[in-house]
Amino acid sequence: MSASTTDNAAVHGASAQPGSVGLVEPQTARIDTPLLLDCGRRIESYDLVYETYGELNERADNAVLICHALSGDHHAAGRHRPEDRKPGWWDTAIGPGKPIDTDRFFVVCVNNLGGCKGSTGPLSENPETGRPYGPDFPILTVRDWVNSQHALMRRLGISRWAAVTGGSLGGMQVMQWAISYPEAIAHAVVIAAAPKLSAQNIAFNEVARQAIITDPDFHDGRYAEHGVIPRRGLMLARMLGHITYLSDDAMRAKFGRELRSGKVQYGFDVEFQVESYLRYQGTSFVDRFDANTYLLMTKALDYFDPAAEADDDLATALAPATARFLVVSFTSDWRFSPARSREIVRALLASGKSVSYAEVEAHQGHDAFLMPIPYYHQVLRGYFDNIARDLTEEGRA
Amino acid sequence: MNRPDWDIVTGWIREDARVLDLGCGDGALLRHLIAERSVRGVGMEVDDERVARGVAADLNVIQADLDDGIRDWFEARSFDYVVVSQTIQAIRHPERLLGEMLDIASEGIVTFPNMGYWRNRWQLGVQGMMPTTKALPNPWYNTPNIHLCTLRDFESLCEGLGIEILDRAVVDQNRRSSPLLRALPNWFGEHAIYRIRKRVV
Repeated sequence: MSASTTDNAAVHGASAQPGSVGLVEPQTARIDTPLLLDCGRRIESYDLVYETYGELNERADNAVLICHALSGDHHAAGRHRPEDRKPGWWDTAIGPGKPIDTDRFFVVCVNNLGGCKGSTGPLSENPETGRPYGPDFPILTVRDWVNSQHALMRRLGISRWAAVTGGSLGGMQVMQWAISYPEAIAHAVVIAAAPKLSAQNIAFNEVARQAIITDPDFHDGRYAEHGVIPRRGLMLARMLGHITYLSDDAMRAKFGRELRSGKVQYGFDVEFQVESYLRYQGTSFVDRFDANTYLLMTKALDYFDPAAEADDDLATALAPATARFLVVSFTSDWRFSPARSREIVRALLASGKSVSYAEVEAHQGHDAFLMPIPYYHQVLRGYFDNIARDLTEEGRA
Repeated sequence: MNRPDWDIVTGWIREDARVLDLGCGDGALLRHLIAERSVRGVGMEVDDERVARGVAADLNVIQADLDDGIRDWFEARSFDYVVVSQTIQAIRHPERLLGEMLDIASEGIVTFPNMGYWRNRWQLGVQGMMPTTKALPNPWYNTPNIHLCTLRDFESLCEGLGIEILDRAVVDQNRRSSPLLRALPNWFGEHAIYRIRKRVV
């Protein structure tokens, strides 16, 4: 295994910005241990694409797993090419000297199974048919993902994560890690998450799915074989998603009722800036994301409910966990509101776990978890500093 | 630096106890209790900066506003002690908080600045102005301390709420105790420290 970033950072160090992990290169792990899925089906072997930042220490105890959210991927930090317009999706938090400090931690981020960025998913060839899986790719759960990430963890020579961290759907994976593999996770950092989706959340997901499925170009998910993509449906799904990720305040601050051309046109073309923004978000998403993957990811969100197997008692569901927890929420997040994070915290307290909880004043809505909000990062930094210090002390002992 | 009430609070807490510190600030008292009594501690604090400092000090801190009530956060009897150190006078509904505290823990420890302290009485009774002292440094128009009381006020509230007082200590700013202090605590105690529990009926 090689830590691609460090190699690259040495080569391209001069071009790297301070605090950036620099140029990074994804790697692929072929896992040949069959994965039995919650839906009852099996995947015999699969690829996981991942990136790493920083170096794994000799004791292999400084690894941090980053779990991505609905439309995320393995590219969490740095750039693939110097000319990339944007760095990885959580570059604000990961890098040398950043809250998740790559000078101290070996950070791993995996494109989840079923994804469309290189890990085995609907775009991959189905060995049984020789054609892309498309809609035949098995429905996955958060637990399936965690099981596959566990296989990768072993491949990387890691027996225990110093921390598993993620926001939104990523936070759900963190909880599942703490429940499924208590011995393999020392700290669980659960950000802007929920113990399960509300009916309203599921409703939003269903509208997104219907937008995709009813697109005439969807072809029951076999659009690839028809040489098309359900562009309009995927775009609508993303536009809807974006509305729920932002707060009313954030939209007002960002767009208000500003008109693109300064006056109303009495037509249905793009007039308001917010329309322009949403259409841009929608169309650019179509070019980088697969519709079948989107459907799978939303289902994984809907199904997540660890308490369901514990008489609907979250504290009982979390009882196996031995990790210490940090839970963070954002005041204007209405998709996964602070009330949902408080449910997690209360359950952790009730089952006697070690937990800290920060409720961050933020106007950006659900998206706030990606922003470098000073207080939020101060808490993250403080928490990860403690983890690093404990590792150093254990190393000396 | 230890605050005047810490030694007495520490003396009342058993080794290895489960302690909830309401309004824990940056967690200094919790750290003290962990060091001195090996307690398993949780703090609750609303202020961002203090929460961040508590987390950075490796403490378990829950960010929440005590004025929103604490009962929903914790199971009944999930702590041995709930400590409210120099905080109760800044709470919107102290009487509600006291009740909730004693649902959550078997014992409560409450410390507050005594409004009946002679300097306060002098400033109010003779000088005719709201007191400002070391313990109550803020001017009346800009102070978090909205519910000041004397020892007698507190004890009569406890009586009304069915709360039993197990211990009481008073100290002055320098943590000295004296015969005068013991004889006339409501005059000479600058800080009051109580150990309380629900009266068994």
